[in-house]
Amino acid sequence: MGFDKFGRKSFTGVTKTAKFVDLLAEGKIEGTVCKQCGAKYFPPRSDCAACLSKDMEWFEMPKKGTLETFTIAYYAPFGFEKDCPYTMGVADFSDNLKLFARLAGDIKPEDVKVGMDVSIRPLKYDDGQMSFEITKA
Amino acid sequence: MAKEVAVIGVGQSSFVRGYEGSIRELAFEAFREAMQDAGIAKKDVDASIFCSAPEYDKQRSPAGVLAEYLGLIPQPTFYIETVCSSSSSGVKVGYSMIKAGLHDVVVVLGFQKMSEITSAESQERMGRGADIQWEAPFGTMMPAYYALYAQAYMAKNGLTHDDLMNVRVKSGTYGQTNERAVFRKGVKPSDFDPNNPDARMAAAVAWPLRVGDACANADGSSCIILANAEKAKAFSKKPVWITGIGAASEAVNMAARPDFAKGLSVGYGAAKQAYNMAGITAKDVKVAEVHDCFTIAEIMAYEGLGFAPMGDGKQLIREKATYKEGRIPVNVDGGLLSKGHPIGATGGSQMRTIVLQLRGEAGPMQVPGDPDIGLVHNVGGVGLYGSVTIFGR
Repeated sequence: MGFDKFGRKSFTGVTKTAKFVDLLAEGKIEGTVCKQCGAKYFPPRSDCAACLSKDMEWFEMPKKGTLETFTIAYYAPFGFEKDCPYTMGVADFSDNLKLFARLAGDIKPEDVKVGMDVSIRPLKYDDGQMSFEITKA
Repeated sequence: MAKEVAVIGVGQSSFVRGYEGSIRELAFEAFREAMQDAGIAKKDVDASIFCSAPEYDKQRSPAGVLAEYLGLIPQPTFYIETVCSSSSSGVKVGYSMIKAGLHDVVVVLGFQKMSEITSAESQERMGRGADIQWEAPFGTMMPAYYALYAQAYMAKNGLTHDDLMNVRVKSGTYGQTNERAVFRKGVKPSDFDPNNPDARMAAAVAWPLRVGDACANADGSSCIILANAEKAKAFSKKPVWITGIGAASEAVNMAARPDFAKGLSVGYGAAKQAYNMAGITAKDVKVAEVHDCFTIAEIMAYEGLGFAPMGDGKQLIREKATYKEGRIPVNVDGGLLSKGHPIGATGGSQMRTIVLQLRGEAGPMQVPGDPDIGLVHNVGGVGLYGSVTIFGR
């Protein structure tokens, strides 16, 4: 699957990390780790900024994190209008790993709190686009 | 204080919605004012730098096109982009070229005609000033990014919606006195009342930020003319010296940001460098322009610049310390919240305000007490780039 399948609407067709989308289809949310120096990355990278190695492998993201911050979008950019309102946030999974994503639509906006326990899961939209979302732990 | 590179001329167009002219004509407005202010001829200018955010420019490679229109050929011209801090970055490059001895007098011209595209397109492209591979696919935009900072900051530091509103009220107070601002009305707390059907500013955009927390798109241009010490003394009766410049950058992706409740790291980093270079501390600054694209951004800037301890920026707005008569006047030209934010022109506009303040020529916006040290804080993207410039007489 090409990277144009990633997200509600993709702006990047080709990347060496396109396997991320195939992994989502298999139910996995994975980052990359440098085989030379052990630096971990999410979102995944094909090149290590720490030691300049290109020798990377995939690892599965932890499942338990906390919500560091969030926002509820009542106004959306071009092409996302029909989704409003939707909530986006940053979840911290410790070990220097954070993740930015939408929060699952079944979480009521008034129930979202900074510091709440969260998890993550892959998401397939009706039009076949693949993504991942932050869920309640 | 090192007196090596000075500002000898400043200019700015009116910031407006839907400028009735092309980018060439828009650039000319600021250029003409700055050249007349400096009292120099075009033969005295030996290089130019043009600054904008390219997503709005249908003209490719605008530097050459504008240099020709302004009559600055065949001297060399350059193009600098760091989104919303482009013209501050342009001034840093111009400073460096003069300091290196390559040029004596450099024109730095920032411009943006945002009305070339629709508001919806604009929001999307501004959002693409962040990470298009890993964030834009979720439907991000600038207000949402700043709202991430606001949410975490408010949860940890006790900042309230009323504090944010009061930043906008202050901005409106001074926006009324700035004839170049796009928004020249006063702002009242009732404008933020969700129970008031006429309230223009209460609607949520990206919670916790509301319409009134955001600045407006605008078309505009700004121009800063820099000169080395010899030329500055020859041309100008009132040169204003650049005494400190700092700049920093941060990870584009929110997943790599260190701590949202602490504000933008680039503000801290750029300020530290600029203070060190100028040999001053925050206490020495008499007047400042800070990047208030959103109300939360002004509060975070207070702390990054050392005007308030970390987490305590709210006290400055509660105590009106950043009003014209306060301990540290900030954005007394109405800031971006009132002036509007024509991306590439913004930093130069902030610098023009500070130069006029230090020359005692700011008119109804003039800060009392004959200020001698001023500061400009200009952020590109969501703290992707940060720039702090210090000026002295």
